[in-house]
Amino acid sequence: MLAPSLLFLALFTYWPVVQVLWQSLHGQVRVGGPQAYVGPQNFLKLFADPAFRKALANNLVYALGTVIPSLVLALGFAMALARSSRVNALFRALFFLPVLIPLVAAASIFLFLFLPNVGLLDYHLAKLAISGPNWLGDPDIALWSIMALTIWKNAGYYMLFFLAGLQAVPADAYEAAILDGAGPWQRLRYVTLPYLKPTIGFVLVIGLLNVVTQVDHVFVLTKGGPSDSTNLLLFYVYQQAVENYDAGRAAAGTLVMLALLLVVTASSLRTLERSFGEKEA
Amino acid sequence: MSAATMSTGVSTGEITPKLGYAATLLVAGLWMVPFLWMLVAAFNPQSIGTGMASLVPSYVPTLANFREAWASADFPRYGLNTTIISLGILAVQIVTITLAGYAFARLEFPGRTLCFYLFLLQLMLAPVVLIVPNLTTIAKLGLYDSLLGVMAPYFASAFGTFLMRQAFRAIPRELEDAALIDGASVFQRIGFIYLPLAKPSLVAFSIVSVTAHWNEFLWPLMVINSPDLRPLTVGLASFTRGAEGAQAWGVIAAGTLLVSAPLLIAFALFQRAFVNSFVSSGIK
Repeated sequence: MLAPSLLFLALFTYWPVVQVLWQSLHGQVRVGGPQAYVGPQNFLKLFADPAFRKALANNLVYALGTVIPSLVLALGFAMALARSSRVNALFRALFFLPVLIPLVAAASIFLFLFLPNVGLLDYHLAKLAISGPNWLGDPDIALWSIMALTIWKNAGYYMLFFLAGLQAVPADAYEAAILDGAGPWQRLRYVTLPYLKPTIGFVLVIGLLNVVTQVDHVFVLTKGGPSDSTNLLLFYVYQQAVENYDAGRAAAGTLVMLALLLVVTASSLRTLERSFGEKEA
Repeated sequence: MSAATMSTGVSTGEITPKLGYAATLLVAGLWMVPFLWMLVAAFNPQSIGTGMASLVPSYVPTLANFREAWASADFPRYGLNTTIISLGILAVQIVTITLAGYAFARLEFPGRTLCFYLFLLQLMLAPVVLIVPNLTTIAKLGLYDSLLGVMAPYFASAFGTFLMRQAFRAIPRELEDAALIDGASVFQRIGFIYLPLAKPSLVAFSIVSVTAHWNEFLWPLMVINSPDLRPLTVGLASFTRGAEGAQAWGVIAAGTLLVSAPLLIAFALFQRAFVNSFVSSGIK
């Protein structure tokens, strides 16, 4: 009964990992020549490539700079909208809508938002006598613009988990805290957050896993530019494989990505197991 | 705000919730802007020019942008491809996750724990990370530039398997034993006892799966070469690129709305089911 699943998992999950491992150590010694064992050369080339180092650094900034603000916003939304009422339901739906539209569709909208001078942001900033930056054209700003889109897209998704998590906080815990004279910040710190710890852990994990696998907006908005300022690992791998035909370097890049994912998953194995069904004793 | 009002506010617990609500209102306004712009621009008779940055419609709405978007990209064809991909993946997944979920929930077999961890591995190794070797595999199987090639890597789902396993384990074993005594085969037991009782989990999985594959971009972009096999997302990206050059922002907004509408309408109709599905996809 496991056979159908295992067949597809073997074909599209396990075998590819083996392939990537093999490919990362092989490559063409001469252009157009046959594949040969080249040792760690692909990795040396990879880390010598400034574009790769940039993509790696970008991905770290991107990960922390999107997951943490999304998480904080999501917690804020959930706490403000926890009580069920018609108005709150409307707000929740509003925050959830970006989750449902394709990332490329969101990117198509933000393309105009970020358009220099006549775009939505710059146009309205100009009315306030502020000369807006070139959101996607300035290498110092472009990555942050992309991150803003990601936060907009994901915060509502994480909000759902916090809304569910808040339901598990017993009302008497709050009453007891109020009797003890705890203010709102103290209630947040000593009642809400401890109860939400598993949820926070889970959101962190799926957030970090998502960060590596979503690059659709980079395609539409910047193609990794200007000067690789918005290049992310998966996009770099795609470029190496599809545009440069450098299978060895693409494989080495994939392995770096897998290593990062492994670190995230290994450090949160307990959270994942709890979420997806604990191991049978 | 003075320190005095702050402190009284904190001690009575009154001001901060209000502040929180005001902040939420403000952020909600910000969150609406991209959607609002899409709507206003899509119905704007002017598609080009500085007036496009308006968030307040100051015109008689027109469908001209939709007509132009409709004419310049084959959205019905893209929509059909996306539908085939999402529903095709789901149909096969339902079979694979039901069987595997049953095996993990009810069968004892050697290597079960190992198998469980092998499945868990897929949660981390999302097929999209392995696009390069997967593309090689798809090409070797002769599935390059075919819808089946887009679908194949998703036919097994660790996440769905775990969801079904949890649902099956919650079903009393006595029901299955009774059917066993009546001589029901294992597939009859699954089909007549387990699946009907696990329907809520199946619905939740279906919604999450269809949403994910409806919106997917990078993998179909790599597998599909022929324009008439493009799904909506890939079609929209190339359509946007074309219209961006012409600065036809109203047409881009209309195309984006066309592509986003199906799931937004589905959400409007089945809001509760959507929200519950997404929550249960994470917390079980």
